[in-house]
Amino acid sequence: MQAPSGGVPARMPLNFRWLVLMAIRDSRRNRSRLLLFISSIILGIAALVAIYSFEHNLKQDINNQAKSLLGADLVIETNKPVKEEALPLLKSLGAERSEERSFASMIYFPKNAGTRLVNIKALEGTYPYYGKIETTPASAGSTFRDHKEALVDKTLMLQFNAKVGDQVKVGEVLFRIAGVLNKAPGQTGFASSVAPSVFIPLRYLQETGLSQKGSRITTNFYYQFEKGFNVEKLVKRIEPRLEKAELDYETVESRKENTGRSFEDLSRFLALVGFIALLLGCIGVASAIHIYIREKINTVAVLRCLGVSSWQALIIYLIQIVGIGFIGSVLGAALGALVQQFLPLVLKDFLPVEITIAISWPAIAQGILLGVIISLLFALLPLISVRNISPLNTLRLSFEETRLFKDPVKWLVYILILLFIFVFTFLQIGGWLQSLYFTLGVLTAFLVLAGMAYALIWLARRFFPSSWSYLWRQGFANLFRPNNQTLILVVSIGLGTAFICTLFFVQGILINRVTLSSSGNQPNMVLFDIQSGQKDSVARLTSQMNLPLLQQVPIVTMRMDEVNGKTLADVNKDSTLKISKRAFEREFRVTYRDSLTASESITEGKWYGTAEPGKPIYVSLEEGYGERIGVKIGDKLKFNVQGALVETVVGSFRKVDWNRIQTNFLLIFPAGVLEDAPQFHVLITRVGSNAESAGFQQAVVKRFPNISIIDLGLVLSVLDEILSKIGFVIRFMAAFSIITGVVVLIASVLISKFQRIRESVLLRTLGASRKQILVITAMEYFFLGSMAAATGILLSLAASWALARFSFETVFQPTLFPVISLFVVITVLTVLIGLFNSRSILNKPPLEVLRNEA
Amino acid sequence: METILNIQDLSKTYQSAGHTLTVLNNINFAVEAGSTLSIVGPSGSGKTTLLGLCAGLDRSSSGLVELNNIRLDNLTEDQRAQVRNQYVGFIFQNFQLLPTLTALENVMVPLELRGEKSIRARALDLLDKVGLADRVDHYPAQLSGGEQQRVSLARAFSNQPKILFADEPTGNLDAETSEKVVKLIFDLNREAGTTLVLVTHDLDLASKTQRIIRLKGGVVVSDERTVPESVNQI
Repeated sequence: MQAPSGGVPARMPLNFRWLVLMAIRDSRRNRSRLLLFISSIILGIAALVAIYSFEHNLKQDINNQAKSLLGADLVIETNKPVKEEALPLLKSLGAERSEERSFASMIYFPKNAGTRLVNIKALEGTYPYYGKIETTPASAGSTFRDHKEALVDKTLMLQFNAKVGDQVKVGEVLFRIAGVLNKAPGQTGFASSVAPSVFIPLRYLQETGLSQKGSRITTNFYYQFEKGFNVEKLVKRIEPRLEKAELDYETVESRKENTGRSFEDLSRFLALVGFIALLLGCIGVASAIHIYIREKINTVAVLRCLGVSSWQALIIYLIQIVGIGFIGSVLGAALGALVQQFLPLVLKDFLPVEITIAISWPAIAQGILLGVIISLLFALLPLISVRNISPLNTLRLSFEETRLFKDPVKWLVYILILLFIFVFTFLQIGGWLQSLYFTLGVLTAFLVLAGMAYALIWLARRFFPSSWSYLWRQGFANLFRPNNQTLILVVSIGLGTAFICTLFFVQGILINRVTLSSSGNQPNMVLFDIQSGQKDSVARLTSQMNLPLLQQVPIVTMRMDEVNGKTLADVNKDSTLKISKRAFEREFRVTYRDSLTASESITEGKWYGTAEPGKPIYVSLEEGYGERIGVKIGDKLKFNVQGALVETVVGSFRKVDWNRIQTNFLLIFPAGVLEDAPQFHVLITRVGSNAESAGFQQAVVKRFPNISIIDLGLVLSVLDEILSKIGFVIRFMAAFSIITGVVVLIASVLISKFQRIRESVLLRTLGASRKQILVITAMEYFFLGSMAAATGILLSLAASWALARFSFETVFQPTLFPVISLFVVITVLTVLIGLFNSRSILNKPPLEVLRNEA
Repeated sequence: METILNIQDLSKTYQSAGHTLTVLNNINFAVEAGSTLSIVGPSGSGKTTLLGLCAGLDRSSSGLVELNNIRLDNLTEDQRAQVRNQYVGFIFQNFQLLPTLTALENVMVPLELRGEKSIRARALDLLDKVGLADRVDHYPAQLSGGEQQRVSLARAFSNQPKILFADEPTGNLDAETSEKVVKLIFDLNREAGTTLVLVTHDLDLASKTQRIIRLKGGVVVSDERTVPESVNQI
């Protein structure tokens, strides 16, 4: 083996087996500490594995239950009256066929005179063919079709204290409530609280008087085909005919895709929240490994003396980290598999399918792999300094940290980490730009927090309060003395605080935005579907009940046929045309009037209030919409007003304040054009109290059963309910970050205990009392905790302000009390954990502590 | 006789607070294979720095260090590590055992590193020679200072080094233990035919070597050959 004199010995083999052996031997007395370090990532991995498992199971459940999501093999739908020429086709399809017409209408409970806007579904046939309409009693789901009976959504039954057997009035007809509607195919709990459904037999629809011309009714035809029939092939064949008849369709496959896609978004968002928890944990890992390596300097130096190369030394510790990262990830994955059981409970209101809980091995593998990679990446930062430990340290300890600029490998690791965050985010959300923003956001938060920590260290040193008492000075000086924990604690606690606080603020912003619009003298009740003949009577009724007539607006529905002579077909053919396809796809709800309202102002062109005979009809577009569909002043627009074609010219663009509760429009016609077109009217008023609201609604529903009423108070409470449900989901996920923050805090403080233990014991030996050590420790953690919490809160104030200003376009008015509470809680928690960890030093004789910790 | 260590015009300087601090200045000497040598001098005279440079633990500022005819100053740190593993043994004042390894494992490390086979028997034999046959599975923290230094000795000889560097090997031991350890060092050295370079401020210990180099203020003030006191007489 030995080389002859004069030659450098042959390069020794890497001997991986020995490196593994050495890694295991070296970890012998540090395993519990290493596990503590790695515990910071356990919760992050758990969150991700739970979400991945949930996503995986959901995908499978959607696949398995796709038919019952749709309830049929094929649904053909339209929100216009079905054309005569389409009927033969519609009647020729399927082995079984059902028909459903649905629309918004008021219902009335005679027992207690309750009224509410609901989604009426008039059904004929044996739909659903897959799954079932779940009712109490169970038989009601099929028997109601044969009688003058209705199924009423459970939320309505509860709200109006109705019982099976009671009556409910829909339009002009009284129906007996046959059962409580628990769940219809494809319906989520969420949907039922927004727009609760009432099923009635279709044959009574005419009698209700609600299917008049101009009513906005959606018709669904549900088909069942014989087993083995290729529905996809059929729809491909009949698609042109369906399009011509303005009919849309949905198959099991397309519903599966749509449902899957919408939940992909949700799980991606949740995965990002989990990823933040993981990143937070990684900071803990990096700082813990940093301290760990400092303690290993001597061991590495001895190994180097004995002939271990710098890379071999690095690999020994990399093996330890991979090993412990793997154990941490397995623990995290196991916890994630457990947490996954609770996710469906948290999310059940948003899910259209029954979720089965099964262990998802791909999710677990993904989580473990992610855990190992990320713990390795973040541990690499402190680990690469192992390469620079000189064997000379065996003779005299002189470990100098390599400066970042001097070690290009450190830069490489930083780049790798950023790249990893970017790629991971991209895999979650799929957009380069959003992934870049997210990565930059994370980077900014880290930089700001690290900058604050450095500033704190500098300020503490620069403006050292020499006049303070010794104990305070000692605690304060710990912020900048060697081996201080300022950077790591400010970053980890600060990031956790910023995250929790931002979630809280965003929730506040959303609720604020809604409540603001309903406060004061703002309108809070909207009556729509008022027929032209009812307009004056409804206005009279409103005035008789001493309610203000805040707005009365006619509404005409129409579609756009041509822009400057180009049709949708032309736009589809010629991609160089700068006209948006969306312009042709929407149904416009248009009003006509001779003046602007207070919420509108002209930004370009000229307002024409009245159309003059023989001259072009000038319409006004909302400026943003005009820009989105790519039209300019003077462009020609041709509209199809329920069969009649109307040529117009863009006369002006308007700025509209959408935040006001009133009818606002993308498109306005001048007076003198649409007066005779089929139309309905909207009336806006303000009611003072719930009793007044109920009284007015009853009066309107009794006399004008076709009119629908939106009670904004009710909308608000529903919205509040939805937000609190969403808030719960977000808080559930945020809890992972919060607990991770606490774990990182405990780990960081524990590490600092190892750092501080000798000097605390020395102080004890020199005669410091238990109380004095307690005060010094408490002061250090108080400064750290308060600074970190304050920085986190400031960061979240800035982020929330930006979100409010640019994303939600509203004013940001943070409530101070919860923020102050959070500040106090985090500071106190930091101090308590710090003191709790130092109790061994306080309660035991110095020599015993030194022996135990040696 | 073959030269194992050749030092020519060796200097070591440090930059400190804008000033150049010369720790070693123009040192010249050569050591014959199989001989014993002491480097003595007061604290701060540059003894340990010189040992570090001779053993390839550090780079010189100028001059030449040749160990076993290999110019160390031309090698990378990892190449020097290979040289250390093949030709050099170390004994330190504070023992420098790996705390998480047992006595036996500590002795085996240099051999394992070379990928050698049946090393356990050799390591056990060495531990037996230093009188620790019954403590092989003990961790350093479970051994006394003298026992730790004996494990360190067994480790130093495990890779059959051509040259052994000892930095104040008895500095942390009481007089009685020191005597036993010194006897062991010289016995094992003689048995293996190893060159011994000893750094100490203990003149009694130095007098047991064949040659004494005295350092003061970073320069060699004397280089004398002695008739070593027989270690067996102690």
